[in-house]
Amino acid sequence: MHELSIAENIIEIVEQSAREAKALKINRIVLDIGRLSGIEMDALKFAMTSMLKGSLAEGAMVEYRDIEGKAHCTACGKDSSVSDFFSLCPHCNGYQLDIVQGKEMKVSSIEVESE
Amino acid sequence: MCDTCGCDGEGPAKITKPGEDHEHIHAHGDLKHIHHHHHNDDHEHEHPHAHDHKHDHEHDHGHDHFHEPHHTHEIKLETDVLQQNNMLAERNRGYFEAKHIYALNLVSSPGSGKTSLLERTLREMGTELNFFVIEGDQQTMNDANRIAALKTPVVQVNTGNGCHLDAEMVQRAVRKLEVADHACLIIENVGNLVCPSLFDLGENARVVVISVTEGEDKPLKYPNMFHSADLCIINKTDLLPYVDFSVEKAREYALQVNHHLEFIECSVKTGEGMIQWYEWLKKNVNR
Repeated sequence: MHELSIAENIIEIVEQSAREAKALKINRIVLDIGRLSGIEMDALKFAMTSMLKGSLAEGAMVEYRDIEGKAHCTACGKDSSVSDFFSLCPHCNGYQLDIVQGKEMKVSSIEVESE
Repeated sequence: MCDTCGCDGEGPAKITKPGEDHEHIHAHGDLKHIHHHHHNDDHEHEHPHAHDHKHDHEHDHGHDHFHEPHHTHEIKLETDVLQQNNMLAERNRGYFEAKHIYALNLVSSPGSGKTSLLERTLREMGTELNFFVIEGDQQTMNDANRIAALKTPVVQVNTGNGCHLDAEMVQRAVRKLEVADHACLIIENVGNLVCPSLFDLGENARVVVISVTEGEDKPLKYPNMFHSADLCIINKTDLLPYVDFSVEKAREYALQVNHHLEFIECSVKTGEGMIQWYEWLKKNVNR
């Protein structure tokens, strides 16, 4: 949901950073999008394509890093891979999972061009 | 549509006290056109106009000219995409802490009974706790007016086309409301089980309300919201004889999505179970 405003936020973040670095343009943006973040990847890619135009990042290469979900089971203490919020622990079948990875939505880094 | 700049007013939400004229916050530059577009946060900024990135040194045509390659470098950011909202939410949190305000974010589908729950709570607990309310809806003052009728201080946030409250709207509403120290601030979010889950308001706890008419698999269908909540209120238990709803299953599904969830079952209409909600409130407000 809100992929368009997420894309707007991303552009703002990278442009501000580029301006602070007195950069001319942004060549590359690396995004970490967790599989449990609630973001629809295709919708985000589409939104980014439209938001990049006219910005300091126009024409930039965007790398979308898909961060997998990981959970820690507080019942048996073991970790597992998860792709949703409702899976049970594959080791003990318990529901007491705490998500430790996969909810992120980050701009990891940018590559800028300056004089 | 705003006749100053032609924008659709989708920008800042409107925050109104019952009985007041609509305050249409619309900041416009005098000469420059400051373009509003819908952000989760309320700030205006100029778009950087596309400008010529070409080299601005002159050279004659036809001569070979060696251009120095531009210097490129990587900047590590590790910046949360929602940092703007989250930073404001933390500011709200700090403000609440300093003033000993206990803030609740009340979320649900439209029609689960949030406002009715609030009304009954204010009527029955209004002398024990000092309540302040922020109402969130796309349009109308209806909910705020219902709360105002109970003599509780309230403001209405109208998001227009927006589908959730955000930290900036809450900050503005809190200022307008002039929330007292040691108060219990209840923020009734826009009825929506999807979008509000992403937006931290700075609350102490998030309460998700579902009613027995909505289907026991609600938590599985809307996992993000249940995962982000602290308390789940199952309302309209008086209707259990008439619907196929297993409270047991609903709790099970909800726990699968968030094993930290607490549960309260009640009927706002008959009053059954409300005492548990009041106990929970008192325990948390007076912690």
